[in-house]
Order: sequence, then C-alpha cells, then structure tokens
Amino acid sequence: MIEIKDLHKAFGAHQVLRGVDLQVQDGQSVVVIGGSGSGKSVLMKHIIGLLRPDKGSVLIDGVDIAKLDAKHLYEARKKFGMLFQGAALFDSMTVWENVSFVLLRSGMRAAEAKQVAIEKLRLVGLTDVEDLMPAELSGGMRKRVGLARAIAHQPQILLYDEPTTGIDPIMADAINDLIIKMREELLVTSVTITHDMHSAYKIADRIAFLYDGRIVETGTPDEIRNTSNPLTRQFITGSAQGPIRIEGLSA
Amino acid sequence: MRFVELLGSLIIGFTRGVGSVFLLFAESLKEMLLPPYEIKNTSRQVLEVGIKSVPVVIITAVFTGMVLALQTFTGFKRFGAEALVGTVVSLSITREMGPVLTGLVVAGRAGAAMAAELGTMRVTEQIDALETLATSPVKYLIVPRFVASVIVLPALTVIADMLGILGGYAVAVWLYGMSSALYWHRAWNYLEVRDIFGGLAKAAFFGAGIAIVCCHEGFYTEGGAEGVGKATTGAVVISFMTILISDYFLTAWFLK
Ligand SMILES: Nc1ncnc2c1ncn2[C@@H]1O[C@H](COP(=O)(O)OP(=O)(O)O)[C@@H](O)[C@H]1O
Ligand SMILES: [Mg+2]
Repeated sequence: MIEIKDLHKAFGAHQVLRGVDLQVQDGQSVVVIGGSGSGKSVLMKHIIGLLRPDKGSVLIDGVDIAKLDAKHLYEARKKFGMLFQGAALFDSMTVWENVSFVLLRSGMRAAEAKQVAIEKLRLVGLTDVEDLMPAELSGGMRKRVGLARAIAHQPQILLYDEPTTGIDPIMADAINDLIIKMREELLVTSVTITHDMHSAYKIADRIAFLYDGRIVETGTPDEIRNTSNPLTRQFITGSAQGPIRIEGLSA
Repeated sequence: MRFVELLGSLIIGFTRGVGSVFLLFAESLKEMLLPPYEIKNTSRQVLEVGIKSVPVVIITAVFTGMVLALQTFTGFKRFGAEALVGTVVSLSITREMGPVLTGLVVAGRAGAAMAAELGTMRVTEQIDALETLATSPVKYLIVPRFVASVIVLPALTVIADMLGILGGYAVAVWLYGMSSALYWHRAWNYLEVRDIFGGLAKAAFFGAGIAIVCCHEGFYTEGGAEGVGKATTGAVVISFMTILISDYFLTAWFLK
C-alpha cells in the first residue's frame, strides 16, 4: 500500500507540491491527472524515492521511503517498476540487455537472462526485437520495451509516467490494454500519471486530480465523469474557459 | 556596488561548484571501495578512454618531440650547446609535456565524451531509470570512468614519453645529422627515475581530475540538448584549467 501524506516540494522559490494526500490500496490502479507542469512527475519521483519531500511523507507498506539509507532504499526499489515518459532506455545496450538489466546485475547468466527478456517482450507484444538497439525502435515500441524492463524483476508496484503521451491513438490504446493486462495477470498495484482522459477512464479504479499542488478530487471514473467540482469539470472536458488559470493568457 | 555583488556571486558560485565536485569525488571513492566491483564496465572504459586515445597521443607526442628538438637545436646552436638537444627533449617530455599533453588530449577526447554521455543520460532520465532499477549511478557510471582514467593516463604517458623522445631523435639525427650515440647518451645521462615517475604521478592525478570534473558536469546537466552542449564545453574548459593550474603546483611540490 502506498500512503502519501501532506507532501510538499519546492524547487528554489517554485512551490510545486503543496500538501498532496493520496492512498493507493494493494492491487488498485490509481490514475493521477493534471495539467502539464502541475507536478505529476515530481509526485511520482517521490513515490519511488528519487526526490525527497520538503515536508510530509511517502509510506510504502508502512515504511517511510525518504528515511531509508542507500542500501535499504535500493532494496525497496526492487518492489517497483517504473515506465518513464520517454521510456529512458539505455541507448548503449541492446533491447534484451535493457529488459534484463536488473537480472544481469544480480548475477543471472546471460543466456538465461536473454530468455527471460524474450518472454517479457512477448508479454508486451514484441517479438524479434531483442537484439536491436533502442535507437532502432519507434516511440510505441520503446514504451513497450520500457514496460518489459519495468516488469522483468517482478515488481509489486508499477509506476507509469504518461504511458500514452506522444504515440498514435491506436498504439496508445494498445498500451492501455497492456496496463490492464499487467494488473490482471501480475496482480500489481499501479499508479499512472497522464493528461489523457480516455486512457484514465479505461485503466483507473480511482482517479485523482492534481491541481495547484494538491489533490483536489478523487473518485471512481464514473464519479469523475459526473463531477460537480468546476476545476475537475474544466480539466476533463478540456476547456480553456473556467476557473483554471492559464499562465500567460488573460481571461 | 553592482561590481561587488557580481564578484560575490561569482565567488559563491565557484565555491559551490568546487564543493559539489568534492562531494561527488567522496561519494565515488566510497562506492569504489564497496563491492560489487564494476570490472566489466571499468574494462570497457579503459578501452574507451585509453586504447582509443592512443593514435592521438602518438601523433601529439611525436610532433612535440620533433618540435622540441627543432627549437633546441636551432636555439642552442647560438651558444654552441646543440649537443644538449637529447637532454632537453627527454627532460621536457618526461617531466612536463608527456603528462600535460596527454592530459589535455584525453580531456578533449574522452572527457568531453564522458560529459556528453552522462549529460544525455541525465536529460533523457536514464540516470533516474538506473536508480529505479536499484543501481547506484555513481557506482555504475562514474566509478568505472574514474578508475579507468587513473590507470590509463600514466600508461598513455609512458607511450608519449617514448615517442616524444623518438620524435626528437628523428629531427636531431636524421635532419640535423647529430650522431645517434650522442643523442641517446645526452637523453639518458641526465634523466633520473624520479623525472619519469614524477611525470607519471602527475598523469594519474590529471586522470582523476578529468574524470571527476567531466562526470560532474555531465551528471548534473539541466535543460535538455542545450544543457548537454553546455555541460560538454564546460567539462573541457574546466578540465584544461584543472590540468594546467594543478600542474604548476604539483611540479613545485615534486621539485621541493
Ligand atoms: N529537478 C527539478 N529541478 C527544478 N525544477 C523542477 C525539477 N523537476 C521538476 N521541476 C519543476 O516542477 C514543475 C512540475 O514538473 P513535472 O512534475 O515534471 O510536471 P508534469 O506534471 O508535467 O509531470 C515544473 O515547473 C518543473 O519545471
Ligand atoms: Mg511529467
């Protein structure tokens, strides 16, 4: 279970998170929606301990991730798999070496690790790509390789940072299906951040709306679709008119 | 007033930068000593930093030895001391030009590559990805580059020393008709073991400096592709300064 309590984070004078509260139960799929630059990635980086909170805490199964020393933090990270916005594949390695990175690091033999990689790649719908370099892949394929890498060490929690951004709608829907499949087949807990409402409705058990550094509303996809909160309404309908201020544009 | 503010912020910025480099250095040392050891990555870096620098080092060293001989021969002739050409070449190369030029060449070639590579990895979130895959980026990326540079620079300097002296030989003997025996005699007779080892010690120090400075610039890159460009230029400039300034003080210290 992931419990985020009163999370604050600023970069210099720029206050990004101003008290985020959010809980994710085991096996649940929570989607965080919010505008570009609203701090969604910053929030996610706190969950996996890449950033430390200024105030507040992130508890993973009751353990405060920011209080762990380096050794225990790396241990705790093995519970996680994260898919980055740009996939963040290691471009000096082949696809299979990317996928099996953790396995190779923990001493698995190359032949065996490659077999596991091929299997994980098949799970995300890719075949015959294991010997390619990341630069030879399309955007959608890169995301799927990133996903295969994220699940290779059998994590309990999956974090997806804008999994459908920047790829065509059909590929995006294939990724949505994969995220659902991961939860159903691997029984993982997942947190997805996105501003793609179609994707959010499809993969979420619960949706949380991040605005102005706080979670202003959470609910099931149906509750969010029929929300009465004017901020959430404006965001999900994608309207430039409403209470949300757009910097640089006057009303 | 403006000037004082500007000066103040420059000094603070410089101090912060130096502090940050030393913190990264301390962390690299800690990660270097803790197992598991990155043997495979380190060997790959030895190849990247070392073997691939050999051709440039050879050309640099040969021509430096040649020009030293040329200058000495023509210059020293004015007071009839051209027989000393072997000594001037061997002392200048082993004590000074070998390590310094090797350092500059490696900084320009391998150091720039380190900053560009780490910078790209930072802005494309590959460094964050390493963290999420339970791997310390300092251990995985910086330690191998650091260890490889410290090993490789003295080795390259040995090559530079030999080829520099041979370059001098080519000019003195083949071009100016000096006797081969006289060149070798002069080159060896006044050369002391500590000249060579002092030079190699400086080279090892430059290797450490280049690796840590260039990795630091790359590791803390901000701002996309433009940031990577800035980090790379910064890495080369700071490495050059580090080499040239520390060279003076190391030399002064060795000569004491
Ligand atoms: N490491 C950092 N240093 C400084 N500012 C940052 C850093 N990471 C994020 N920010 C800032 O925090 C804000 C939120 O960023 P982010 O979480 O990436 O937004 P998004 O919701 O689009 O994912 C942005 O204004 C960004 O510039
Ligand atoms: Mg983001």
